[in-house]
Amino acid sequence: MWVLRAEQLRCSYILEMLGGRRVVQAVNAVDLEIRENEVYGIAGESGCGKSTLMKALYAAIDPPLRLIDGTVRYRVDGKEVDPFALRSRDIQELRWKFISFVPQSSMSVFNPLIKIRRTFRDFSAVHEAHGSKAEVLELARKHLVDLGLPEKILGAYPHQLSGGMRQRAVIALASFLSPQVLIADEPVTALDVVVLRGILQLLKEVQEKLQATIVLVTHDMGVQANIADRIGIMYAGRIIEEGTTEQIFSAPLHPYTNYLVNSLPKFGDKSMRESAPGAPPSLINPPAGCAFHPRCSQAMEICRQQTPRMLEMAAGHRVACWLHQDDDAEHS
Amino acid sequence: MPNILELHELTKVFHMGSLLSKVRITAVDRVSLHVESAEIFGLAGESGCGKTTIARMILGFQEPTAGEIVHAGADAAAAGGRDARVSPGAQGIFQNPFEAFNPLRRVERYFFETDRNFALSADRAETMERIERALNAVGLHYDDIAHRYPGEFSGGQLQRISIARALLTQPPLLVADEPVSMVDASLRMSIVNLFEKIRDEFGISVIYITHDLATAYYVCGRIAVMFRGNVVEMGEVEKVLMDPKHPYTALLRESIPEPDPERRWSEKMELAESEREEYLRVGCKFAGRCPHAMEKCRREMPQDIDVDGVLVKCFLYD
Repeated sequence: MWVLRAEQLRCSYILEMLGGRRVVQAVNAVDLEIRENEVYGIAGESGCGKSTLMKALYAAIDPPLRLIDGTVRYRVDGKEVDPFALRSRDIQELRWKFISFVPQSSMSVFNPLIKIRRTFRDFSAVHEAHGSKAEVLELARKHLVDLGLPEKILGAYPHQLSGGMRQRAVIALASFLSPQVLIADEPVTALDVVVLRGILQLLKEVQEKLQATIVLVTHDMGVQANIADRIGIMYAGRIIEEGTTEQIFSAPLHPYTNYLVNSLPKFGDKSMRESAPGAPPSLINPPAGCAFHPRCSQAMEICRQQTPRMLEMAAGHRVACWLHQDDDAEHS
Repeated sequence: MPNILELHELTKVFHMGSLLSKVRITAVDRVSLHVESAEIFGLAGESGCGKTTIARMILGFQEPTAGEIVHAGADAAAAGGRDARVSPGAQGIFQNPFEAFNPLRRVERYFFETDRNFALSADRAETMERIERALNAVGLHYDDIAHRYPGEFSGGQLQRISIARALLTQPPLLVADEPVSMVDASLRMSIVNLFEKIRDEFGISVIYITHDLATAYYVCGRIAVMFRGNVVEMGEVEKVLMDPKHPYTALLRESIPEPDPERRWSEKMELAESEREEYLRVGCKFAGRCPHAMEKCRREMPQDIDVDGVLVKCFLYD
């Protein structure tokens, strides 16, 4: 059953300056259906619109970012909810209880002037979920112990924690009110590898414990291979391929996915690796047709003119590429 | 094979804090290693292990506290100051190419400036030929970069340009400090492959500094793994990374998420004691991982102890 859905979602940054107008099409016609109790990975290079898509899914669209078209739906307690139609008070109620967010920089989450335990208290106070000060503290303590973290961090200021421990505290905070969906935007990018492994393990544990869904955004395909159940590959604002982790890694269909997966060096294999030629496209003026065509070695005439549609090639494996669109599909 | 660079017992100690609360941090602790000609040498480790400090000392940006750096016969540390910076011994490539270039200056000016600083060419025609040759080596042409500002390039392109600029002086050694960590995943390998090409075509050695062991394995011949200022393991990449001897190298190697869903981490990694207690900042920070740790180490901060003229912050020598 789906828990988070987007249909034909389009979001753009509209910048008006000196009488000129620049439109950055950061998210373009994205269809997504994220299911209950799964880790859904979103991969792509920087500037491909991953973070903007997360903002839209989190219903945190503020100018200059605008929602142009399309819908986002949450399934809250069996009911369909349109987060953009809600009043800001109601959307606040959903945040942290239904959907929460783990950002890349953990330093900016905590107020540097208050101890971690007060942040936990503030979070539950907004939701009137728990009782007295002592009760909230006890719940927070229990939550940390459940996650295998030292309870002493509650008494620390953010700067007293190491980067890895702070990121763990953010994950603990994001899961405190047992949300059904956790959006993690590059949660391990700035961390050392040894710490990275611990953080990913914690995310996975949280997901299993809460039976929740994690939307994991990272450009690191190694991380995706390790914890994602399904992966969506994003390029120039669009999802261009989607499948199970096994499908993406063992049988990538889109030439871009192929580059992403096969350009990575592996231990014990020193054979030559090639990365995709050319440079990532600008979202202000993306190439016509399939945005990848200027970098694609298999580009055909049609790739330059028309944008391919997402078609299902195997069970659960969708791709938008002219190499995989047969004629019937084109006319249907 | 002759050595292009030798480090003998290289040490760097930083003094932090005010007059009253002085803290000494040994960023690099008696590191000895050598780089052969036409070799890609890896220097790997987590952040704060001292790899960037070594790079800065090799490039002459920082004076070593002790030890010496021998650049193919000449002692760069002895030359000192500005002279070391314009010595043709080594050229640097840095993590963030957008910080390496002034955003208000056109990139071709860096090429002309380097050419003039090193007095490389006799006339304008020779300068242009030299610049074109350096750019060709990284797959670019002068027309691609002329009259353009750094902001007009992508990170990958700009990193290529900074490599071309470094090649201009035909240095025997390039010191590349995390050259691909800011470059997009899809373009990363094109930069890494470039180092191989430079080594094969020009016989230039490269010190490839990275925390990414997978690319280090792919491109390096030998590798040194560092932990808190020490080289804990050094040797051929095939031996060090495929069969790690030191427990730290093994930990590092196991922690890397491999891009292969069939090789997922199977067992759970326990939160190391050092990580649990790190934030307390009491006692010796290494105690959590040290095989000789005593009860005392976890409670008190050891003093600097002089052992044969070397300062050791450890109760073992108290």
